[in-house]
Amino acid sequence: MPHPVISARQLTKTYGDFTAVDAIDFDVAPGESFGLLGPNGAGKSTTMRMVGAVSTRTGGELSILGLDPNQHGPDIRSQLGVVPQQDNLDQELRVRDNLLVYGRYFGLPRKVIAERADSLLEFAQLTDRAKAKVDDLSGGMKRRLTIARALINEPRILLLDEPTTGLDPQARHILWDRLFRLKERGTTLVLTTHYMDEAEQLCDRLVVVDKGRIMAEGSPAALIREYSSKEVLEVRFGSDKNAEAALSLAGVGERLEVLPDRILVYSDNGEAALEAITRLGLEPITSLVRRSSLEDVFLRLTGRSLIE
Amino acid sequence: MTATTSTEQDFAPRRSALYAGNTRAVIHRGFLATRSTNGLVVLSGFFEPVFYLLSLGIGFGALVGTVQTSTGQEVPYAAFIAPALLAVSAMNGAVYDSTWNVFFKLNYSRLYHGMLATSLGPLDVALGEIFLALVRGAMYAVGFMVIMQVFGLNLAWTALLALPAVLLIAFGFASLGMAITSYMKTFNQMDWIAFIMLPMFLFSATFYPITVYPEAIQWVIQALPLWHGVELVRGLTTGALSPMMLVHVGYYLVMIGIGIVFTTSRLRALFLK
Repeated sequence: MPHPVISARQLTKTYGDFTAVDAIDFDVAPGESFGLLGPNGAGKSTTMRMVGAVSTRTGGELSILGLDPNQHGPDIRSQLGVVPQQDNLDQELRVRDNLLVYGRYFGLPRKVIAERADSLLEFAQLTDRAKAKVDDLSGGMKRRLTIARALINEPRILLLDEPTTGLDPQARHILWDRLFRLKERGTTLVLTTHYMDEAEQLCDRLVVVDKGRIMAEGSPAALIREYSSKEVLEVRFGSDKNAEAALSLAGVGERLEVLPDRILVYSDNGEAALEAITRLGLEPITSLVRRSSLEDVFLRLTGRSLIE
Repeated sequence: MTATTSTEQDFAPRRSALYAGNTRAVIHRGFLATRSTNGLVVLSGFFEPVFYLLSLGIGFGALVGTVQTSTGQEVPYAAFIAPALLAVSAMNGAVYDSTWNVFFKLNYSRLYHGMLATSLGPLDVALGEIFLALVRGAMYAVGFMVIMQVFGLNLAWTALLALPAVLLIAFGFASLGMAITSYMKTFNQMDWIAFIMLPMFLFSATFYPITVYPEAIQWVIQALPLWHGVELVRGLTTGALSPMMLVHVGYYLVMIGIGIVFTTSRLRALFLK
């Protein structure tokens, strides 16, 4: 890896007795799109706040662009763009003014900010809403404006904390498209998510976190290869019969996962596994063969679903 | 091995963690934002002391006649309470902005979260917000000064000096107000501010000389900030200068210093934890 832009060693954050981030190690290379995948409360946001130099670590080492955030918070923040989980747009200002004022917080000259604001409004597809009140924007528009705002200082790293949580599918796809363009331009992206499809779409590499620890690390494809089979067969026998049926399924596929509503059979050939089940004389109410996803990786690593 | 040697360091650090020297960006934001605020809310804070002046000064004043100030001067009742109400209007403006407005930005609009994710430091934000509160206090006070002039309640040329004096008062209340607000989490707690402000307004030698109280209570009143403001402004508008004024000014300088240090450390604790 070339010189990493973010480097964490044994990075730890505790609040009283509670350990939010538990001695994690990771590096992010310039231009890379790096993801933190995990359920709510896994420590993703806390990690993002430390990387964003707005939270002081309790232990370990952290270096952002070669600087220690404990000493150089404002310098580091001048090189970052931050898209927080909760929108914090300035509701007392209009859309374009949000960009202008935010640029001033970085001490940029007015002329530079004005030029960037116009091209960012275009990038965020908000040019015709430049004079609108923030409150009148839809959820997806607010997110795009937040991203545009985060880009006003031409950051070297863009931090996105659950960028599409709460958006409808269409708004998510527009947002993914915008983020993908940034990635193509070489902006380093660091994002947290609990959506597997989002991680698969956007991340070159990701870490799976749970309870403040890193459970696994790699590209989405590599993680699936390592922790799951090529395909998954999902069968349902009815809520109270799944556990019973699972007993007879032992030996079908490489591995079984019994969930309250269905059984997951991990196998490189899902259709063959389904045939094996029918040969056993069992008749599932529904069956579905699909590709393995990061959800399966997560289930394998933690025994729990990502979204509960 | 330290973390800084493991990655490339390619720009020189220049800002301190607390202060980026960019308070003007916060002030600029404040002025842009006032365009969208409700003008009536702003004006209500201005009219409150004006109504007191009209009802008590003109109406009640007809019954009272003259009052003796702390320097022994006999002045008409309206001219006695007007400088006190001037100090109050500066206080109201500063407190309104630094408590309710700051409370909302801290807990609901998350404005400071956004600001402190940039290269601004907590001191930039604190100074900017305090300055804006001070401007509001000053606007109230200038308006009130004009009314005093119209009613002939400025008795000496030194009344002009009351303007910088009320700025000082507004600055003191704004900086301490913001620090105290940073501890407030609920609307109920915010009501406590009004609960403290009202008696301070009524009892700080605003409407009658402090000598009506027993000595012990006089000490309590003299420990409170408004009394110092009232005495300072009254001395200036009635033209009775005294060395005690230096004490009043000193009181506010200390209050401003404590308020700024306190607010900055609180913002740091709240947002950079």
